[in-house]
Amino acid sequence: MGAGHAHRLYRRGDSPVHRLPPHTKLAAVLGFVLVVVTTPREAVWAFALYAALLAGVAARARVPAGFVLRRLAIEIPFVAFAVLMPFVVPGESTTVLGVSLSVPGLWGAWNVLAKGTLGVAASVLLAATTELRDLVLGLQRLGLPSLLVQIASFMIRYGDVITDEMRRMSVARRSRGFEARGVRHWGVLAKSAGALFIRSYERGERVHLAMVSRGYTGTMPLLDERPATRAQWAGALALPLAALPLCLFALLG
Amino acid sequence: MTSTPSLDVRGLAYAYPDGHQALFGVDLTLGRGERVALLGPNGAGKTTLVLHLNGILTAGAGTVTVAGLPVGRKHMAEIRRKVGIVFQDPDDQLFMPTVREDVAFGPAAAGLRGAALDAVVARALDRVGMGEYADRPPHHLSFGQRRRVAVATVLAGEPEILVLDEPSSNLDPASRRELADVLRSLDVTVLMVTHDLPYALELCPRSLILSEGVIAADGPTREILSDEELMTRHRLELPYGFVPGSVA
Amino acid sequence: MHVPDGFINAPVSAAAGVVAAGAVAVSLRGARKELDERAAPLAGLVAAFIFAVQMLNFPVAAGTSGHLLGGALAAVLVGPWTGVLCVAVVLLMQGVLFADGGLTALGVNITVMGVTTVVVAWAVFRGLRLVLPRTRGGVTAATFVAAAVSVPASATVFTLVYAVGGTTDVPVGKVLTAMLGVHVLIGVGEAVITALTVGAVLAVRPDLVHGARGLTAPLKLRVGGELVDAVPAAAPEPARAGSPKKLWAGGLLTALVLAGVVSFYASASPDGLEKVAADQGIDAKAEEHAAADSPLADYGVRGIGSARLSGGLAGVIGVTATLAVGTGAFWITRRRRAAGSGADAGADSGARV
Repeated sequence: MGAGHAHRLYRRGDSPVHRLPPHTKLAAVLGFVLVVVTTPREAVWAFALYAALLAGVAARARVPAGFVLRRLAIEIPFVAFAVLMPFVVPGESTTVLGVSLSVPGLWGAWNVLAKGTLGVAASVLLAATTELRDLVLGLQRLGLPSLLVQIASFMIRYGDVITDEMRRMSVARRSRGFEARGVRHWGVLAKSAGALFIRSYERGERVHLAMVSRGYTGTMPLLDERPATRAQWAGALALPLAALPLCLFALLG
Repeated sequence: MTSTPSLDVRGLAYAYPDGHQALFGVDLTLGRGERVALLGPNGAGKTTLVLHLNGILTAGAGTVTVAGLPVGRKHMAEIRRKVGIVFQDPDDQLFMPTVREDVAFGPAAAGLRGAALDAVVARALDRVGMGEYADRPPHHLSFGQRRRVAVATVLAGEPEILVLDEPSSNLDPASRRELADVLRSLDVTVLMVTHDLPYALELCPRSLILSEGVIAADGPTREILSDEELMTRHRLELPYGFVPGSVA
Repeated sequence: MHVPDGFINAPVSAAAGVVAAGAVAVSLRGARKELDERAAPLAGLVAAFIFAVQMLNFPVAAGTSGHLLGGALAAVLVGPWTGVLCVAVVLLMQGVLFADGGLTALGVNITVMGVTTVVVAWAVFRGLRLVLPRTRGGVTAATFVAAAVSVPASATVFTLVYAVGGTTDVPVGKVLTAMLGVHVLIGVGEAVITALTVGAVLAVRPDLVHGARGLTAPLKLRVGGELVDAVPAAAPEPARAGSPKKLWAGGLLTALVLAGVVSFYASASPDGLEKVAADQGIDAKAEEHAAADSPLADYGVRGIGSARLSGGLAGVIGVTATLAVGTGAFWITRRRRAAGSGADAGADSGARV
């Protein structure tokens, strides 16, 4: 969790979307994505309306379109996969600009692109309007087992510390004239990874000592239990609830 | 001494599971409200001793008593509340995502909730002058600030005795001064493990030297630091140009 | 490799979610047993380590670089239970925080990249430890093979998931060949770096390597001036029911059956494995896939080199990988059965899928 990632994805702000309790937002995104995934791919208009809904959320959250679009890059490997589909999928074919393309392949590509993109865009909006820490608290309130929540919290807390250690080791290597150029240098890099593991593990043991010293007995005290109000739930669930009739209509139509 | 001492260690000996013996019969007593420095060369057993004070390590022989309560399985929760250890690396100590949650961890583990918990957290942060940083994640603070928050996490448990492991290490002079002011303002018993001899002289009227697993000297800090022969014998050295007798 | 939303259909995504949840639930219990109350801080730090290591790029040549997936590394360093937890948490956080991998595909991602890599790597590792000499070299060699097999195994499981629940009918043989070809190469890189990393830890702190437990000399007691073996304080691992030979024979059989099923599946598709292998067109596609995996955003899957794959190699690797998956499944069932007292059986059944 390099400082870079965590902070680049979250956009400080005070919009109505930012203020929603994290677990309602998580539930809303999950519900929305489920609706999107269930929608038959032939209902092209439904996907356009879903995108419009997300655009509405982005506008309320004051997240600029460019920000969301840049983060969509995470999808690229699967875009490539989708682009291949019209060429490899067997079935009835059609000719576009002199190139023979398979029709089921085109539909498949559209399916992956549309649903994948909407999913990523929804997740990006979630991450852009919710702080790291709150996301983990949200997962906890949605019933993620406490031990997993603890592991995730520690990962977030120490992600930066460990990436910093890694960076320092890299600086130390380079100041002694080492520049990793190819396979020959894997040994050195692996030694660094090994050292990083030892440091991480030993820090884990020290953290455990510090926890035990302050009364830890295996469970985290649950803090900050503010249940969401009905209005907050309604605000968050407006997104999947608006999407649901579109999906139903597409399924029936 | 009329009242019960904050800390009483008698004949404490300990060997690690790998057979290496670190403590060979430590005896020491800290009266309530005293500030004492624990000096000693590397490998003298200082950290081992500290880990006995709240029962993380259990004595191979001898006893540790905190405010009249013997350290042992029976009173572990109580002991860990009474003995507040501030570890050397504040990053190890501050393991929660925000300063507030970290300070609240100990009291919450002891069952405190709601407004009472908030009050305890606010007071502990105020005592170290970090009240306005409650909602920050620890890794966004400077090293000196992190160390002060680490002290606050321990103060929140209202400890009987505060144990600090190398409190001045890695601090710039201003942070070092700020921490000294904080420590002086506290009305708890302090045991300070340190290599920073001027800091010991500044804050602790009394010092102990732990050497080869036993207490080798116990007396006023100024006298101990001025005893050249004693200092050399235990591999302790003052910074260049520092004369203990000349400091007011 | 992070699967996005809409790639796998809903029923299969849900099924994968159940598998993942079951595996995580069983791992939670296992990790608690492995690490007691230290589980949370240690697993959290190891998860952060895996996350950091995934950002450490290993230059291959000519500007391309690869990085670790980390499943095998986690399994050997901290044991399979904690390993599954760490990788699962990393994937969960990547999905929620970085929109990397769809939320509805989380089950698929955890099953394919977390559970499969860790379980296969651990099964292969344990198997080889029985055969190889009980030395550091033996541990390193076993790590190498375990990591090398874990990556194509993961690709194979992905292909199987896709075959059952893919939203578009891409011929399974083609997907399998393309996936395996690329991932065999990635697997070799993973293997070299994982083995070197484990070797580096072994050299300094062998006691921290979970997979090397039992490598240290037994404790001795001095009794009347003579050294005698001390009785270990903790009970040794629960004795396996039946002989190791039987276990392996069974594992091999399961694997062969599975391999047969996969081959059948592959050849039942319009153009079978052999034909696809001969088809030069695949080369280009595989290459494109490798390129697509390469530098994107600030972290991400970077393909290792280009893939000139030969069908024969892919076939052989396919069988090996399937063998590993089968053995892994068998090993789990076996372990569960050995450990399964009546009370546990119900709660653990999730992992038996």
